Amino acid sequence: MMQLERTTRAERDAGRKALVPFFTAGYPGEGAFLDLVRAAADAGCRTVEVGIPFSDPVADGPLIQASSLAALRAGMTLRRALALTARATAATGVGAVVMSYANPVLRFGATEFAAAARDAGVVGVILPDVPHEEAAPLRGPLAAAGLPLIELIAPTTGAERVARIAADARGFLYLVALTGVTGAVADPAAHAAQLVGRARAVTDLPCYVGFGVSDAEGARRVVRDADGVIVGSALVRLLQSAPHQTAGVGDVAEFLQSLRKALASPAREVRT
Amino acid sequence: MSTSEPAIAGRFGPYGGRYVPETLMPGLIELEAAFAAAWVDPAFRSELDALRRDYGGRPTPLFRARRFGAAHGGGAEVWLKREDLNHTGAHKINNSLGQALLARRMGKRRVVAETGAGQHGVATAAACALLGLECVVHMGEVDMARQAPNVARMRLLGARIAPVGSGTRTLKDATGEAIRDWVANVATTHYILGSTVGPHPYPTIVRELQAVIGVEARAQFLAATGRLPATVVACVGGGSNALGIFSGFIADAGVALVGVEAGGSSAGHSAALGRGTPGVLHGSYSYLLQDGDGQIVAAHSIAAGLDYPGVGPEHGHLKDTGRAVYESVDDREALAAFHALCRLEGIIPALESSHALAWVARRQSQSPALDGPILVNLSGRGDKDLADLVPESGGGGA
Ligand SMILES: Cc1ncc(COP(=O)(O)O)c(C=O)c1O
Repeated sequence: MMQLERTTRAERDAGRKALVPFFTAGYPGEGAFLDLVRAAADAGCRTVEVGIPFSDPVADGPLIQASSLAALRAGMTLRRALALTARATAATGVGAVVMSYANPVLRFGATEFAAAARDAGVVGVILPDVPHEEAAPLRGPLAAAGLPLIELIAPTTGAERVARIAADARGFLYLVALTGVTGAVADPAAHAAQLVGRARAVTDLPCYVGFGVSDAEGARRVVRDADGVIVGSALVRLLQSAPHQTAGVGDVAEFLQSLRKALASPAREVRT
Repeated sequence: MSTSEPAIAGRFGPYGGRYVPETLMPGLIELEAAFAAAWVDPAFRSELDALRRDYGGRPTPLFRARRFGAAHGGGAEVWLKREDLNHTGAHKINNSLGQALLARRMGKRRVVAETGAGQHGVATAAACALLGLECVVHMGEVDMARQAPNVARMRLLGARIAPVGSGTRTLKDATGEAIRDWVANVATTHYILGSTVGPHPYPTIVRELQAVIGVEARAQFLAATGRLPATVVACVGGGSNALGIFSGFIADAGVALVGVEAGGSSAGHSAALGRGTPGVLHGSYSYLLQDGDGQIVAAHSIAAGLDYPGVGPEHGHLKDTGRAVYESVDDREALAAFHALCRLEGIIPALESSHALAWVARRQSQSPALDGPILVNLSGRGDKDLADLVPESGGGGA
């Protein structure tokens, strides 16, 4: 079993809901990024998602697009993002799952990327524009380096497809809680129960819900069914609206603590 | 008529594929099945044929450009396939009519599209008006300024324009926004992609819908001259007008196929095939303009419809196999050809199509010139470009 999956299963077996924050590599600055990963570790996160900036992120809404663009303008590259991730994971002990679009990885070379990511302490890879049908040529080289390619299912994914995708899933299964791009306003719990139900029917892998989780209440409701939440745009929004980077990091740290508390006391009322 | 039908679903050699978020995959699979069923359904085909004829104006004429040929043809005959005479002014209507019919057949009442020059946006707005579909067109703010007459046309036809202010504010980012719109609304919405790009099955659907150009042109050429052209030339943005006309001649090994990309200026270019490398953009693996880190590089062309850093995957395959060759002409050469066709033939060509004409003029000024007849796909008319080229026209290009 790969390292990421040992972590995600252990966390579930311990009865803890996972909180996975998403940070864009190098945003709002390299130092601030390192502080953000530290804040995540302090909030009890075992895993963080690190976004590799890309010029044309079709699965992302305006907030993450803007953070990507800002990081690119400041000179971020895949190589630098991995170096930064290595520093962050070494300093905190959290595992990093990197999220990149296909093109930077293909340009780097899948095998070379897998080795460089492993050497940077990366424990898993998400490629949001690589659906199951296109994944095989990338999954092999990643697995050879001990890295799972995280599989995603969406509200549009039918039961038969969920089964096929889940069969290849390792680490955790990523449940996209809304039909749309990151950061859209939606009730993440509306789809979560149904998605988790579909997934549980075919896999015992931990199920994490992402896209659209923006506050403690939403997170609390999502983990009634799911094993963890992934929070991204809400963090970028805090960083964007802060007067300076230090304040932004402080706001994110506080927000993660409040999410952690919410996850520790899942919503009690029973709703379907 | 197919050119190189993908051996694995959606692949042309190594190019193509479906690099999209999972959310869209069921929609793409549904679309593939819906198109396959419609394409063999005689009722669908006859409705499309009737609309092409009675609404679109097909068949478009084949015309011998004698004065342009005498001045710039280096002794060879130059023939024009007059796609500029289509309703809404370009070949784009061939695709939009077919896909709008498909949207209706699939029960989708809302359509999104991207547009660069505005020609695909206008064609899609017209087709949606005709069939009573809601239409939203994503268009970069730079293109809205340089193709103002088409913005006005789309609005008259009832489309809503969604201005795109991110990134390059041209076709690249308009395409990204159209994809995001579709991701969010895939249950109710059909995305009418305007060229032979994007995830499978789009490159195949758009080629099949544009193949009518080549099928007509081949028959017309034979009827007019008793032989085939020696060379077929088309401009290449995403590559739909080129694949449309190439489709008619791909099996004729003696006919040379030439795609002309935008060489731009010192500000940049759009020659993805000529000077790019393979990678993934907007859902497919093909040649594109990127830097060493795999970031997409902004394209440039005087022609908004060619100002795109990617190109359709089938062109990648035609290039690698050598069945077609790809060259480029720059902004200045395209403008010269634009003026030449205006003065010598009384035809105002689109700036995009002017690239194909410019290649003929340049090639035939070299020796030895090509001596067999040359067929140029005149993909569209230039009314849309007048506001930009002739400021005193006051933007009243319509
Ligand atoms: C007249 C005309 N020709 C050519 C193009 C380029 O597209 P394609 O390469 O798909 O034919 C456009 C695109 O807007 C156009 O308007």
